[in-house]
Amino acid sequence: MVFLKIDGIHHTYFTKNSATTALSDISLEVREGEFVSFLGPSGCGKTTLLSIIAGLIRPTEGTVSLENQPVHKLNNQIGYMLQQDYLFPWKSIKENILLGLKISNSLTEEKEQYAFNLLEQMGLGGFETQYPSQLSGGMRQRVALVRTLATEPKLLMLDEPFSALDFQTKLKLEDLVSDTLKTFGKTAILVTHDIGEAIAMSDRIFLFSPRPGRLHKTFEVPEQLKNLAPFQARNHEAYPELFQSIWKELENIEAK
Amino acid sequence: MKQNNEIELLHQQYITSLRREKIWVRFYQILIFIVFFAGWEVASQNKWIDPLIFSSPSKVGGLLKDKVLDGSLFVDLGYTVTETVFGFLLGTLLGTLLAAILWWSPRLSNILDPYLVILNSMPKVALGPILIVALGPNMTSIIMMGILVSVIITTITVYTSFKNVDPNYLKVLKTFGATRYQLFKEAILPASFPTIISTLKVNVGLSWVGVIVGEFLVSTRGLGYMIIYGFQVFNFTLVLLSLVVIAIFATIMYQLVALLEKILIKNGST
Ligand SMILES: Nc1ncnc2c1ncn2[C@@H]1O[C@H](COP(=O)(O)OP(=O)(O)OP(=O)(O)O)[C@@H](O)[C@H]1O
Ligand SMILES: [Mg+2]
Repeated sequence: MVFLKIDGIHHTYFTKNSATTALSDISLEVREGEFVSFLGPSGCGKTTLLSIIAGLIRPTEGTVSLENQPVHKLNNQIGYMLQQDYLFPWKSIKENILLGLKISNSLTEEKEQYAFNLLEQMGLGGFETQYPSQLSGGMRQRVALVRTLATEPKLLMLDEPFSALDFQTKLKLEDLVSDTLKTFGKTAILVTHDIGEAIAMSDRIFLFSPRPGRLHKTFEVPEQLKNLAPFQARNHEAYPELFQSIWKELENIEAK
Repeated sequence: MKQNNEIELLHQQYITSLRREKIWVRFYQILIFIVFFAGWEVASQNKWIDPLIFSSPSKVGGLLKDKVLDGSLFVDLGYTVTETVFGFLLGTLLGTLLAAILWWSPRLSNILDPYLVILNSMPKVALGPILIVALGPNMTSIIMMGILVSVIITTITVYTSFKNVDPNYLKVLKTFGATRYQLFKEAILPASFPTIISTLKVNVGLSWVGVIVGEFLVSTRGLGYMIIYGFQVFNFTLVLLSLVVIAIFATIMYQLVALLEKILIKNGST
């Protein structure tokens, strides 16, 4: 069954003295429960595409639908974690993670408990009353993830969630996120610059080329890697082969 | 172990030097205070300056005692302080409200932009006479003066701060389906609290100006009236007394606002 359908997306940004075409002719589909990655050089329109899927900007052309519903009509079915954590510094951790529920007026005892459980799972139990400035970068990133998951979105989008972290923290969080999403059976889109991360975490990888952003090629991750935790996938014998072929494609793109 | 002791010792020395510096600063502050008032007293006693115009601390002190004992100082002080407090609170509140309206409607803000600039560059106290004729020579028109001098600059400053809130916070809220009112309440307003408080501090000073000028014009009561009355009957001791009292109460109000700031701004840094 087609879960998310992106059909013929073009997008041009207009400013007073320029018109930048960020995306051109993007069509793709994502199945329910699938984990896909968007990979591509900086400026190829990945963040733009996520904003379009989230219904935050209307594309110049094309449609996006989730379960046959156009996305701009949906509310709270799509969770979107931005490129930086953007926790509200004047709100406590508790207020931050309950923000989505509060905004949509759906804050119940039960959902609050669900959010606290998530925080606990992320290893941040007991931090509820602290403020974002008292947390490290990796902790803040996890809180932002809890905030996104707390509204129980059907589709989760992560924009380079681990790019600002040190390698070790990043590997740990990859496992944690992958595990959490599998447990809840979520459909997810991950944006990343990191080929290894894309292979380790996803079922399919969409490679984009820049100026204007186009869908360059799609890679299917081998079955034996899909079911492994990211850390183990990185050590599997099938991993380097896929890495090499994606690497070559990226070099092709950049040579153009 | 020996090294530890040494570090401990150095730390002690460092703390002592900090404390010594603090004592010296306080010493000079007090010295300036004493030299100023003693100098004033001596100069006035020896007629180096005209005691009729510049009076002297002892005369000002004597008058202060009289006016405290007969209670007349508190009446005037009460009026002026009330007017100023209403002036700067209402000025800040109204300015923030106007800023919110401008944020709500970008088109309105574009339309009104040149008028705000004109109003801001105009000397607001010049409107005093019109105000007093229109509203009558009473407390309302003086409070209006206090508001008038602060409201436009507050609007401009707070609106600028509203506009400069990182749009990504709004993006986060929009992913949760936030309405425009929720964007304002959850991000725009709290992100601008520090700016609003600092305008509040500036407005304390501005409102004193508005209120004192208002009292000059209305001339029935208050510290501003004390100044204008002292000037008319050539009693400069009275004028200087008013100035000293104004200085003291303006400082107190400023400190109260600073205290409010500490209570309102919370982000775990304290
Ligand atoms: N608000 C905007 N106004 C005008 N142009 C924009 C705007 N946002 C993005 N662009 C342009 O659109 C193109 C794609 O930007 P986008 O942020 O989607 O890239 P990205 O793939 O997410 O890059 P990165 O990997 O660096 O995050 C860029 O050329 C950028 O300059
Ligand atoms: Mg991006």
